[in-house]
Amino acid sequence: MIFLQNYLLSLMMLVPMIGAFFILIIRHQDKEIEKRNIRSVALLATLATFALSCLLWAGFDNADAGFQFTENYAWIGDTVRYNIGVDGISMLFVVLTAFLMPIVVLGSWESVETRVKEYMIAFLLLETLMIGVFCALDIFLFYVFFEGGLIPMYLLIGVWGGVNRIYASFKFFLYTLLGSVLMLVAILYMYMETGTTDIPLLMTHHFAPSVQTWLWLAFFASFAVKMPMWPVHTWLPDAHVQAPTGGSVILAGVLLKMGGYGFLRFSLPMFPDASQDFAWLIFALSIIAVVYTSLVALVQEDIKKLIAYSSVAHMGFVTIGIFVFNANGIEGAIFTMLSHGVVSGALFLCVGVIYDRLHTREIKRYGGLSVNMKIYATIFVILSMASVGLPGTSGFVGEFLVLNGSFAYNSWVSFGAATGVILGAAYMLYLVRRLVFGELDKDDVKAMPDLSLREKIIFAPLIAAVFWMGIYPNSFLDPVHASVEKLISTHFAVVKHAAPAPAEMQGEHAAPAHAEHEAH
Amino acid sequence: MTGDLPTLVPVLPEIILAVGAMVLLMLGVFQGDKSYNQITSLSVILLIAAGVVMFTQVGGERQLTFGGMFVTDAFAVFAKTLVFVGSGIALLMSGRFMQDHKIGRFEFPILVLLATVGMMLMISANNLMSVYVGLELQSLSLYVLAAMNRDRSRSTEAGLKYFVLGALSSGMLLYGISLIYGFAGTTDFDMLATTLKGLHEPALGITVGMVFLLAGLCFKVSAVPFHMWTPDVYEGAPTPVTAFFAAAPKIAALALFVRAMVGAFPAMTGEWQQVVVFVSIASMLVGAFIALVQTNIKRLMAYSSIGHVGFALVGLAAGTQQGVEALLVYIAIYLTMTLGAFAAILSMRRSEGMVEDISDLAGLSQTNLPMAIGIATLMFSLAGIPLLAGFFGKWYVFKAAVDAGLVPLAVIGLVTSVVSCYYYLRIIKIMFFDEPAPAFEGGQGKAVSLVVGVAAVLNSPVSFLLISPLVAAAAWAAGSLLF
Repeated sequence: MIFLQNYLLSLMMLVPMIGAFFILIIRHQDKEIEKRNIRSVALLATLATFALSCLLWAGFDNADAGFQFTENYAWIGDTVRYNIGVDGISMLFVVLTAFLMPIVVLGSWESVETRVKEYMIAFLLLETLMIGVFCALDIFLFYVFFEGGLIPMYLLIGVWGGVNRIYASFKFFLYTLLGSVLMLVAILYMYMETGTTDIPLLMTHHFAPSVQTWLWLAFFASFAVKMPMWPVHTWLPDAHVQAPTGGSVILAGVLLKMGGYGFLRFSLPMFPDASQDFAWLIFALSIIAVVYTSLVALVQEDIKKLIAYSSVAHMGFVTIGIFVFNANGIEGAIFTMLSHGVVSGALFLCVGVIYDRLHTREIKRYGGLSVNMKIYATIFVILSMASVGLPGTSGFVGEFLVLNGSFAYNSWVSFGAATGVILGAAYMLYLVRRLVFGELDKDDVKAMPDLSLREKIIFAPLIAAVFWMGIYPNSFLDPVHASVEKLISTHFAVVKHAAPAPAEMQGEHAAPAHAEHEAH
Repeated sequence: MTGDLPTLVPVLPEIILAVGAMVLLMLGVFQGDKSYNQITSLSVILLIAAGVVMFTQVGGERQLTFGGMFVTDAFAVFAKTLVFVGSGIALLMSGRFMQDHKIGRFEFPILVLLATVGMMLMISANNLMSVYVGLELQSLSLYVLAAMNRDRSRSTEAGLKYFVLGALSSGMLLYGISLIYGFAGTTDFDMLATTLKGLHEPALGITVGMVFLLAGLCFKVSAVPFHMWTPDVYEGAPTPVTAFFAAAPKIAALALFVRAMVGAFPAMTGEWQQVVVFVSIASMLVGAFIALVQTNIKRLMAYSSIGHVGFALVGLAAGTQQGVEALLVYIAIYLTMTLGAFAAILSMRRSEGMVEDISDLAGLSQTNLPMAIGIATLMFSLAGIPLLAGFFGKWYVFKAAVDAGLVPLAVIGLVTSVVSCYYYLRIIKIMFFDEPAPAFEGGQGKAVSLVVGVAAVLNSPVSFLLISPLVAAAAWAAGSLLF
């Protein structure tokens, strides 16, 4: 048990790698048996990782705002270390990653028939890297994981993607890489100034405000692309549409969260002054994103593209929440990211289900699914409602907290964000109407069977998570509180204290009064 | 400096190789071309022997001999080790190709050995005269090697082109040396350094001479704007020769570049730094943009090598010990990448002979998955994507640049690295995403497959474990230069 406690995070990264290694050496004369074995090993490895992530959650001390489960070993020279650990901000992202992976493996069980071996290896390596991103406490290590994830994702889109997959894979790779190399320069600069790559130490360092501006912009370049924020979001619809179902789920579920996580882990604590100076920029871009991409989503003909644009809109919410610098906003942002990870991942799986049956993503080609695919229709409606933010589902809590936080900061920002809620409802309900309801008049759609047992098993945990997060959000908010509180109080205490003139005035009043009293 | 014989211990490895090459030449003359394999093996053994002697007898202590013309130190040991590896592996990979193309002449390994001696002299040169001698010994061997396939017009053209342009650059180098000698009164690096330190402002002649020297050196490392020969020579020369060109001579020339600048002109750092910054930016840009339109994989690798020289020079541009350390790390990693990539090119053979088009790699992942994974690893590493060794090289050179206050250089360099990423990705795309072309034939020999495999493993995340000792060795080597 002690062993697990000490090496839990490393184990979580190691298990998928071991799985990938086993898949590499699996050989069998009968190709079908080989494929089955490969899939089983992948499922086992991801389930084992998920079990470990449950231990992580269970062993996590909610009251501790610092980093837990830390491991720290010398790596290169004196400064760059293998330093990992989680705090309240990152822990649940690790759990989310581990939670989605078995579902993705199950989801690709039948839809991926070609080159199963490479597919599963790519996914398992991707899992290691994604967990690494959220655990890394060394900025060099973080960058390695952050960028390394591009390689498996590039292959996933390029090999198993749709018709236009090559364009999409190149765009995805080069776009994100370009954003990140600027961050690399900033990282090098920070290393030079502080002489350390240790993230907790860097958080305590105060960079000069003029330096902060540049560093913040460099990190922004990377995270804004990854997030993605308007106007650098254009890679996302392409990547989503062309990626195989599993790739879309991971892209929406986990990779998009890295941008938000990056803002919380680096931009806010390391460059607090610049973060405040640039908050207006974030708000402007976010509100444009929310309104613009919602409107774009409204006119989409392709289901995946619609959900992709809705992701951009949701991420706009997240960035607003992060940059209002109060507990509600930031916790709301984290919660929205978790919820969006589950909901949009599940929605992409829903698309995958009907795509496997009819091999088209055009909304027009469907309609009336509620007649012949009752279970599917129910699940789809639940997920759409969660995406819209219906109370009782996971989407509501995050949106409410973000709106609440932004209202406390500035009511106009809150107003802009709130339009997204309305538009979000519009495009999702419109999609539901066209896809699930309406006439069942197409013969091939009529012939589509309802969910198989495997598909039911995939959706069960997702739907459970949607309701759990919606009905008892505290399970997810409790671990976050302490770390967020620490982030705000150490770095944004200045904001709070800039205003408390009243306290000082009271002090001044008290002093003369005291003097008067003595004079008597 | 009396009539005594100078101490020969520091030069032992060079003597072994030079004498060995002569003996092998005699052997070859008497036995003819059928002794090709035997002589190749003996040459590799000689290289190993020279390496062993270097480590056991010479060591990393700074020693001068031949009246200060020749120096060995940790820096020389590091660079020579890389040269040995580059030459040895190029020889090992060559056998099958040379015999298939009926150019398996015994002179090939001997010329490689002589070129290696030249490179070692370049690395250890501590005087502008010995610089020139080493450089010419190396260059003359290389000219002949490029034209090795003398029945093929491309190869002779490559040799001739290389010779003419090389002679021009040697001329510029000599002119620069004569100017420096005329104005400073010495050609010795150590004395030059002290003389220049004593001057308030170096005479214009010295600056001009140094620029000519720089131009000559840039030609040898194939940095822009003196890179024009590279693509033609790379394409025209037989592939094993190209593999040799891309590895060892580049490393030797870069080492010489570093020692000449840091050893002889520390007082003029500001002046040469400007030139190096310009050259490195230009190389990175040309390497990135012109490679985009290449269809021949050897030409592509030529432009890629130009770009990589640009990246390596970023380390020198920093002008600090840390920068040199970064440069050494970079060229060590580059050596593994480039040898692996050329081994992969050597395995591109079909029944009709060797093929060199990038499109011939189509669908390799379906016809030969291990090879495709190996090449993909090398390509991602060349592109400098984290997780692979190439990233460490980039990290160190750009860290040195940022530390030296050259942030714009780092930004330009990293952005061009994104551009260059495109053509590496294109190779991976062709191998993994496209419909398969006919499979390659085997028969390239075990050595070639082994080199691809070992290089890919070294560049894979296994490099996480190896990077720490490499950096330590580079720091040890860079520490022996006088800053």
